[in-house]
Amino acid sequence: MSAALLRVEGLTVAFGHGRGRNVAVEGLSYHLDAGETLAIVGESGSGKSVSSMALLGLLPPRTAHIEGGRALYRGDDLLSLPEAGLRALRGNRIAMIFQEPMTSLTPVIRIGQQLTEALEEHRGLSGAEARDKALEMLRLVDLSDPPRRMRQFPHELSGGMRQRVMIAMAMALEPDILIADEPTTALDVTVQAQILDLMRDVQARFGTAILLITHDMGVVAEMADRVVVMNKGRKVEEGPVGAIFARPQAEYTARLLAAVPRLGARREEDGPRPVTADPARPGEVVLHAEGLGKTFAGRGGLFRKAAGTVAMDDVGFTVRAGETLALVGESGSGKSTSGRAVLRLLEVDEGRIELEGEDLRALPHGSLRKARRAMQMVFQDPFAALNPRMSVGRLIGEPMYIHGIAQGAELQDRVAELLRRVGLEADHMQRYPHEFSGGQRQRICIARALGVEPKLIVADEPTSALDVSVQAQVLELMLELQQSMGLAYLFISHDMAVVEEMAHRVAVMRAGRIVEMGPRRDVLGDPRHPYTSALLAAVPRPDPTALRGKLPKLDLDTLPMGALRQAAPNHWVAA
Amino acid sequence: MSAPDATQLEPAAALAPPARKLGALRALLRSPSGAVGLAIVAVLVIAAVFAPLIAPHDPFRMAAGPRLAPPSADHLMGTDQLGRDVFSRIVYGARLTLQIGVIAVGISLTAGLLLGLVAGYAGGWPERILMRLVDVLFSFTEIVIALACLAILGVGLVNAMIAIGIASIPFYARITHSVVLVEKNKPYFEAAIAAGASRLRLIFVHLLPNVIPTLIVVGTLGVSTAVLAAAGLSFLGLGAQPPQPEWGFMLSSSRDLIARAPWMMIFPGLAIAITVLGFNLLGDGVREVLDPRQRAR
Repeated sequence: MSAALLRVEGLTVAFGHGRGRNVAVEGLSYHLDAGETLAIVGESGSGKSVSSMALLGLLPPRTAHIEGGRALYRGDDLLSLPEAGLRALRGNRIAMIFQEPMTSLTPVIRIGQQLTEALEEHRGLSGAEARDKALEMLRLVDLSDPPRRMRQFPHELSGGMRQRVMIAMAMALEPDILIADEPTTALDVTVQAQILDLMRDVQARFGTAILLITHDMGVVAEMADRVVVMNKGRKVEEGPVGAIFARPQAEYTARLLAAVPRLGARREEDGPRPVTADPARPGEVVLHAEGLGKTFAGRGGLFRKAAGTVAMDDVGFTVRAGETLALVGESGSGKSTSGRAVLRLLEVDEGRIELEGEDLRALPHGSLRKARRAMQMVFQDPFAALNPRMSVGRLIGEPMYIHGIAQGAELQDRVAELLRRVGLEADHMQRYPHEFSGGQRQRICIARALGVEPKLIVADEPTSALDVSVQAQVLELMLELQQSMGLAYLFISHDMAVVEEMAHRVAVMRAGRIVEMGPRRDVLGDPRHPYTSALLAAVPRPDPTALRGKLPKLDLDTLPMGALRQAAPNHWVAA
Repeated sequence: MSAPDATQLEPAAALAPPARKLGALRALLRSPSGAVGLAIVAVLVIAAVFAPLIAPHDPFRMAAGPRLAPPSADHLMGTDQLGRDVFSRIVYGARLTLQIGVIAVGISLTAGLLLGLVAGYAGGWPERILMRLVDVLFSFTEIVIALACLAILGVGLVNAMIAIGIASIPFYARITHSVVLVEKNKPYFEAAIAAGASRLRLIFVHLLPNVIPTLIVVGTLGVSTAVLAAAGLSFLGLGAQPPQPEWGFMLSSSRDLIARAPWMMIFPGLAIAITVLGFNLLGDGVREVLDPRQRAR
């Protein structure tokens, strides 16, 4: 190998001073060779993002301090370079793309101008030259109709398209190094696969070295040549991607890899993994929904009504006691709307929702409040789902108090018991939500839901805001509770590997409709709908030796989106 | 490899020791604007409470000294045209000023809070009617509404406080309404609905505590507006009546003597300005302390 393009030595970054000093990165060293992809992986708080922001002088001024280390790039130390010197490199020799493509494009400036600006500034191109180059770049990142895109504003593009624009912008100056900070985390899995393919293409074409910062082992396996594993600000391991996955040396790496759900791991099994001695089997029907429809009103003018957005169209399913039905799909598929509709947190336009045979939509306000006892919800963002001004004890006790299940000392005892049940401690009752970590907060949410002994829990992406090791614990807890208490779960998720681990049955949603539904083993193992196949094919495998193949081309116009027909026993597919 | 044990990776003991309540005051004192604001407001409160002990003279007694005497050791801020001690009148005036602040802000805050809460929670047509009504009131200058109220209630300092309170209801209603709209769409509110909470519980247990911090900040800043408005009304002769030692009224009665006895105008004017500054600084400090971005890390 040639000499390293970028060599980072002993990088130390801290926030604050004195007693409040918090070391985010400590003594981090690595090197990046020309044309390779180095992945820096770690969970939240590992310092992976901070360390790369430090390279470009993008740390929040005043609060963050680079306390030591060097970052050598072509003889310059990036860490001690004056601002003017950095600016000449930034976006020019070293480009960066971010997780959230909406916020990293200026909302009030047309795409074309944002693209040409850097070209004129750094390359001294004339207006027409810059424009030609910008059009060429947009074509290169596979955006349709580049001249039109040039005139559009960022909000007119989808998330995937914006990330393509970001890549076009980053690559237009043909940088030596591209720093990609969680470039696909905010994107749907099929879009993620396309963007990753694009990044590889672009890299091959320009010979750019990519510094990829991610938490997703699947993305690492797919993209990286070498891997640096970080934990709590320190590098715990470094090596070629194959070795890291096959023979992790550090205990942390091994634990991280073990916690990653792998699609296909339970291909031959019928249900989720038994975690109790005598798991409850699926029993009576708890929830039955049919013909649910919901259209969100469009923003019409004063005199005309705009066409609305169809969030749900003829959605129907049943969930039995002790059973998990997973609703999977990408953003905008209507899976969350369906979950909230079932709980009547959102009023549907049409359809029937039965909880243990009782028609929920016919219930008046008062009876509905009583009926809520049987159905509870666990939310995606466990911090936002807890009222920040209530103590954990009050939060967990509230549903029980509302439904008159317990009061006073008895309520305290039940809360303490619930806290222990979800792996926390009874004396955490006096604490407030902000004192807990993400995983602990999600346990609190689960404890709150359990207090009223519900029959059904709707879990809306309960682990997608959590680190992978914490996700594994929360999923484990949910399995254990289901198997010992016979809970019915409506499990909403975009993550196929998690679904495989949790679900008995799966319903795949797209554009407000269920396109395929059946036993999990059949739907994931033998998908009959082209959209399900495409979703499964796009999932990155956390295994560098078994890479996903080329993406199947989906023809959205001819995708069958009609009524469900039985394709195999209990296996329904849209015609 | 088996999945990690459910409790193994996150030891409960990893929680930081509980942060105690005292932190709020300490944090307020740490911010420069908060500390200065708090000091000014504290001086005002002390002056109001201990006025009889602090004031060297009876604020109402005429000819406590020679008329229109310039500031001296005996009369720190001089005397007015009736020979009353200006310093003593300003000290007693702090009582009126605090009353104005508390009563006017109390009225507008309570009414605005209820309006905003109900409109924001209910949504639909009640929201539209209430908020359009608020918009209509908003389109008049506060002082115009206050004048209209005074025309109905009659002239007087207490009526002026009520009028100022009523006039700024729309302001507080709007702010409450916008905060409620944000909070109402957070998952914790949905979680409370899913738990089966009643409407009253939703409003008073879940929404109210999350609206209050914003309103404390706005209310603190609002005190200064109210003090200024009351001084204005008194200056016009619609608020405080003789012989009340209200600062705005003192300003207006010194108007004709500005050349002969500038101290009659300077000191009440300074008192008003410093008080307004104090509440504004305090409001800024409180905002820094209560800012959710600083609280929830």
